[in-house]
Amino acid sequence: METIYAICVGAMTAGGIFLVLRGYTFAVVLGLTLLSYAVNLFIFASGRLVVNGAVILGESERYADPLPQALVLTAIVIGFAMTAFALILALRARSDLGNDQVDGRTEIHDDLPQRQRSNTGDDA
Amino acid sequence: MTLMDHLIFFPVLIPLLAGIALMLPGLHQQVLRQRLVGFAANVLMLLSAIMLLQQSAGGMRTYMMGDWQAPFGIALVSDQLSSIMLILAAILGLTAHLYASAGDDQRGPFFHPLFMFQMLGINGAFLTGDAFNLFVFFEILLIASYSLLIHGGGKQRTQAAVHYVLLNLTGSAFFLIGLAIIYAVFGTLNLADMAYKAPHLKSEDLALAKSGALLLLVVFGLKAALLPLHFWLPRTYAYTSTPVAALFAIMTKVGIYSIWRIHTAVFGDHAGVLANVASDWLWPLGWLTLVAGTLAVLASQSLKMLVANLVVVSAGTLLLMLAISTEQSAAAALYYLIHSTLIAAALFMVAGLITEQRGQAQDRLVRSRPLRQQGLLGVLFVIAALAVIGLPPLSGFVGKLLLLQASSAGYQASWIWAPLLISGLAAMLMLTRAGTTIFWRVQGAAQPSDAVHPLKLTAVLVLLLMSPLMVVLGGPLTELTQSAVSELYKVPVAVVEVTP
Repeated sequence: METIYAICVGAMTAGGIFLVLRGYTFAVVLGLTLLSYAVNLFIFASGRLVVNGAVILGESERYADPLPQALVLTAIVIGFAMTAFALILALRARSDLGNDQVDGRTEIHDDLPQRQRSNTGDDA
Repeated sequence: MTLMDHLIFFPVLIPLLAGIALMLPGLHQQVLRQRLVGFAANVLMLLSAIMLLQQSAGGMRTYMMGDWQAPFGIALVSDQLSSIMLILAAILGLTAHLYASAGDDQRGPFFHPLFMFQMLGINGAFLTGDAFNLFVFFEILLIASYSLLIHGGGKQRTQAAVHYVLLNLTGSAFFLIGLAIIYAVFGTLNLADMAYKAPHLKSEDLALAKSGALLLLVVFGLKAALLPLHFWLPRTYAYTSTPVAALFAIMTKVGIYSIWRIHTAVFGDHAGVLANVASDWLWPLGWLTLVAGTLAVLASQSLKMLVANLVVVSAGTLLLMLAISTEQSAAAALYYLIHSTLIAAALFMVAGLITEQRGQAQDRLVRSRPLRQQGLLGVLFVIAALAVIGLPPLSGFVGKLLLLQASSAGYQASWIWAPLLISGLAAMLMLTRAGTTIFWRVQGAAQPSDAVHPLKLTAVLVLLLMSPLMVVLGGPLTELTQSAVSELYKVPVAVVEVTP
């Protein structure tokens, strides 16, 4: 079980990182989603994998660590909120910058001062 | 339990309640009330932080949430170091809020509640005694900062925000992986408990623990602007609105503080095989951050970009001091941290004031028409510049002196003194160039613009006043920083029952 679990987490992390390294915000957001799935599974496994174990004392023969379950719940909630925010920001960037390239290739950054300077002609 | 026993929780509780209250119908859309509530909350935060510092003079205090037993419950820990950081955050929050209350808060919705949640996250990160809650408070301060960053809108801000948000989201994923590894190895995420268990780990777990610790270093390095992870910083800080940039001056310091809490206190000298795992990485990377920051300072084309690059320089300096990791270097770093945070915020505000009066030229270093209040802004700029360069009689001089003293041992001096002093020279060169360009390379009639708003002036003056104050109170302050960082180097003890 551990092997399959590890392969699943690894594959998802690899896919997530691959997508995060793409140049377009949509792919990056998808990558972050995949990455957060992988992270959640990973946290879950940090308390060791137990089958048929209860988290409350006296309920069964074997026990599972309750803490990672609480941690993963928090991580899911935070990850969900963050993904939603990233998605909205990506949409905003799409409309503000005119494309969904993460660097917003619309010549709006450092060369703008130069252009304005030559237009207004206030650089002697 | 008296009210004073709950004091530790106040710096988290005050901004939380104020932030929620500010979104309720009675306060929402009421500009004046929002500003007053925000101001009151900031003053209360400052007061409770000062009281906490007094309280923690008697030793470290732990507060167990919901009275769960340590190390299982969620702990808030206040000692001198965290109290000092809280005071610093409160001063910065108070002044940035004052500056914003002069009108910048009306450029977008929800400025005041977001500001409060930002303070909540920062204060929480300073107070937490639990690695997972460090993550939670990080996320709170991040999601507030994402929204504050694009406050006011504009293409440049959106673009800077895309980088900042995506990088930090990836960073959060790494943070969680690091925490999960550490939990799997240590069986705990309570910082004090981790510190106690670090030397007793089984040898087959050491590699895992080390990778977990270094993953956390990546995350804190991202926040603290460690070299390959600092590229987001200049643009983010330069393009965001002035009060937000001033408040963000403490954000890199949250990363530095976390490195102290995790890599000095937990994986410090007492951690056996794992002792000082971060030092090997912090040495070269901190050094390169300092050098890269210095080069970027020299290449800056606008005043805000220049200040943002000076923030990178100060981050590099602090990271180098963290790499040395002696009590003396940590104390010097703490003094320099306080100074550089306050002065960076002051410089951002001065740059904001200058931008307002320069019309189309904004803060770019080009010839333009004279400012309306040349004299006033010139004096403010010179004072802030002197402080950040490190010339006497201001706090930058004392701070640099302490840094040089702390790094004077043997081979360290040859590596650290040169870049440190050259970074000061570069800052002086560029600030002189910026000053002469903005104030003297002028032609034509003065730019028609509003005079400096008294609230903004107050905010800048308060921050600038801190610098001579830090020199006058230099003696007690250095003693305080020394006793504050000595907590980080104490031999960890077992966490059994911390509740009083």
